[in-house]
Amino acid sequence: MFNEREHERFISPIELQRREYRRMKTVRSVLISCASFLVFSFLIWWILSRSEGWELVRKMYFDPKHLVASAPQVFKGILVNLKILGAALVGTAVLSTLLAITRTTKSAALFPLRLVSLLYTSIFRGLPMIVVLYLIGFGIPGLNIFGRIDKNLIGGICITLVYSAYVAEVLRAGIEAIHPSQRAAARSLGLSHTQTLRIVILPQAIRKVVPALMNDFVAMQKDVGLVSVVGAVDAVRQAGIYTAKTFNYSSYVFAGLMFICMSLPFVLLTDWYAAKVRRREQMEGAV
Amino acid sequence: MNPGAPVLQLAGIRKSFGPNQVLRGIDLTVHEHEVVAVIGASGSGKSTLMRAINLLERVDDGQIFLSGQDISDPRVKEDLVRAQIGVVFQHYNLFPHMTVLNNVTLASRVVRKLSREEAEARGMELLTRIGIAEKAKKYPDQLSGGQQQRVAIVRAILSDPILLLLDEITSALDPQLVGEVLDLVMELKLAGKTILMATHEMEFARRAADRVIFLHEGRIAEDGPPAQVLGNPQQQVTRDFLSRLYNFS
Ligand SMILES: Nc1ncnc2c1ncn2[C@@H]1O[C@H](COP(=O)(O)OP(=O)(O)O)[C@@H](O)[C@H]1O
Ligand SMILES: [Mg+2]
Repeated sequence: MFNEREHERFISPIELQRREYRRMKTVRSVLISCASFLVFSFLIWWILSRSEGWELVRKMYFDPKHLVASAPQVFKGILVNLKILGAALVGTAVLSTLLAITRTTKSAALFPLRLVSLLYTSIFRGLPMIVVLYLIGFGIPGLNIFGRIDKNLIGGICITLVYSAYVAEVLRAGIEAIHPSQRAAARSLGLSHTQTLRIVILPQAIRKVVPALMNDFVAMQKDVGLVSVVGAVDAVRQAGIYTAKTFNYSSYVFAGLMFICMSLPFVLLTDWYAAKVRRREQMEGAV
Repeated sequence: MNPGAPVLQLAGIRKSFGPNQVLRGIDLTVHEHEVVAVIGASGSGKSTLMRAINLLERVDDGQIFLSGQDISDPRVKEDLVRAQIGVVFQHYNLFPHMTVLNNVTLASRVVRKLSREEAEARGMELLTRIGIAEKAKKYPDQLSGGQQQRVAIVRAILSDPILLLLDEITSALDPQLVGEVLDLVMELKLAGKTILMATHEMEFARRAADRVIFLHEGRIAEDGPPAQVLGNPQQQVTRDFLSRLYNFS
């Protein structure tokens, strides 16, 4: 404690030199990367603007007039995407947890359940999203047992079915990474099997796989853009409607921008969290 | 100390892992307020015995009685039995995602359904007694090994179990941290707790135990007061075990 204070007060000339040198190096790297960014951007612009079709492409995709004109409609669509995303998120959380828990059971009596969830995760991780959307989106209403089903709901169900398979595998890896002694400790205190899972195992398991879960969430945000296939009037569909009227594709660019805006906070959050975990692990390694 | 009523009775306990017969008929009675030390080579089945008593491991044969009730009967509610037995493990096994206070009060809150206030009042009282009340809001990895193990002991005794199982609770600790943990066990003994403990600390077994049993090839090879088992063993295998142990240290 006392020593640290001493160090703060007195810094040797050698250390001052070192700090000065490091600062100079930092400044130099920043300047270099800024310069290369500018050069690179200029090059791209130069190539594009000299290409023959550029004028046409700019008009078709980046026309400010159309970007603005399509905005209200596409924005209304993105709200539909958000709604579906929210529902799918809740659905996925529930279904994937159930799948992961079933897959990590050990008892012989539960073998059929284990088999079912193994089949489920294997099948739905192999099926392309678009195939699931076509099969479920048109197959289930075709059965005609539930009456008319809301298109948004069907989209949400498809997303849930596919993503639960991925998230279940991530969670299972997390659960299996928890040492069995944690379970023994919980059970020895008198906690039931379910209490042990809920209070001791799952919270630790989820913590271990947060970065992977966040990645899946970002992927899910983007795949929500596919629900227009089953007829949901989302941002992509709205952009399509606009294009059909005006023969201009700027509405799709706007929709793309909206999707990026939607996922950007989580992409940044994921990176930040991953870096934080890495730092903490490195610190633990050093001790 | 006068032995009270039997708290734990084992009759013909057998347990194998595949072809490996770990316990080959264990008979043992532990009375109220008694401290029994289990010694034996590594791999002799001390931990298996503890886990069997706590129903974490199902025995192949034999009966286990806790306060006269046959807890090896499959109709018995295992969670209720475990709630009456406190266990402390070699590697503490605290829950790393919970604060120290939440670790020690978990069973009271979730199993015994005490209110959080009640459980925490009791938890703080015991944490204060072992001198780490100021760490109550910290996480286990911010504590030394000795402190973590003492917290694990508090966690095990908070709901007043009728039997305490201590499984080599000092063997993962740095030597200079062993003392503080053993002192706490000594306090529990003086408070009249009933304890079955596996240990490699012969000096501590001599001081704290009322009886020492030596586990060898799946059976109790020797059973008696510490002075006899550790000082003047009747069996050749016990003498061999002890002399190997003392040659190492
Ligand atoms: N879950 C298990 N599966 C298979 N073998 C085990 C298991 N637990 C313990 N054993 C074996 O049982 C024997 C006794 O182990 P253990 O009870 O841990 O001994 P101790 O605690 O005296 O060192 C060892 O040979 C060990 O390999
Ligand atoms: Mg052991």
